[in-house]
Amino acid sequence: MSVLTFLKPRGSSSVARERLQLILAHERAENGRPDLIITLREEILNVIAKHVTVERDKVQIKLERGAGVSTLGVDIEFPVDTALKAKPKRATA
Amino acid sequence: MAKVLCVTSGKGGVGKTTTTAALGAALAQAGEKVCVVDFDVGLRNLDLIMGAERRVVYDLINVTNGDAKLPQALIRDKRLENLSLLPASQTRDKDALTDEGVERVMGELREKFDWIVCDSPAGIERGAQLAMRHADVAVVVTNPEVSSVRDSDRIIGLLDSKTVRAEKGDHIEKHLILTRFDPARADRGDMLKVDDVLEILSIPLLAIIPESLEVLRASNVGCPVTLNNPLCAPSRAYIDAVRRLKGETVPMAIPSDRKSLINKLFTRRAA
Repeated sequence: MSVLTFLKPRGSSSVARERLQLILAHERAENGRPDLIITLREEILNVIAKHVTVERDKVQIKLERGAGVSTLGVDIEFPVDTALKAKPKRATA
Repeated sequence: MAKVLCVTSGKGGVGKTTTTAALGAALAQAGEKVCVVDFDVGLRNLDLIMGAERRVVYDLINVTNGDAKLPQALIRDKRLENLSLLPASQTRDKDALTDEGVERVMGELREKFDWIVCDSPAGIERGAQLAMRHADVAVVVTNPEVSSVRDSDRIIGLLDSKTVRAEKGDHIEKHLILTRFDPARADRGDMLKVDDVLEILSIPLLAIIPESLEVLRASNVGCPVTLNNPLCAPSRAYIDAVRRLKGETVPMAIPSDRKSLINKLFTRRAA
């Protein structure tokens, strides 16, 4: 019996439960400050813009919600001539 | 002391209207004076589920705007004299509902009835928030399925922040009704289990309504399932839910219409 149980493929409901638990933990935490990502993006961009010219459509924002931590990735592309003033070609915040 | 009960869910199509009609009728059958109120302005359906669609003259918006008096708009149920329906408007949109109008009508309903059961529209916008605004008790209707559970979580958050009770710092009673549950699929691991949903939403369970043909059958004929076939599995679950709402302690069960082999043979021979 225990061997049969072991061989039987795991039902999809446990995947559903785990996905729900993870996303709801994040949504509950974000509740009340729904524009957090936008605020972070704006403030990060403002800091970068002090030093280099940033085109708004050359900015990529990625958010990965994980079980223990989330990662926010901000990819900003800027032209070489403005970059000459600052050293790195691409800034990742 | 009258109680306002809001049936809500966030997601559409999970069984709010079925549940409103079933609980309303079962409460009335238990001797309570009940009014079921349709808050789904523009997409009313409670009249159809209650079988009163041909008798609608005035609606909730006529009453909140003062174009009709509450008693003129109430439709008395033909099967149960202590059950009434206040239908929603089919032509107006939800912006026609004013906060003050709804507050006044809920006050008037509280004077006339023991239970006011409000059928919320789907969504989390103004219509849904007005439906829950004056509630003392909320029944969150959820299907054992990821999108429904997530939306219920949002609705629970709103119940704890946007209701009059929450704003005053009072407690709002919240209960879960799990609808369209299939024990066999849950056992096989293909459907969220009751405990999974309870653990995620962490509000007390009021009833488990098994998936059943009887619900569609009742809506076809325009009769709350608890009146149409009080002995079928979903009705027994709703009737138990009403006993719990009234304060009784009733052991939780998942009623079933499945007959045992002996039962089947016996029924066939008898028929």
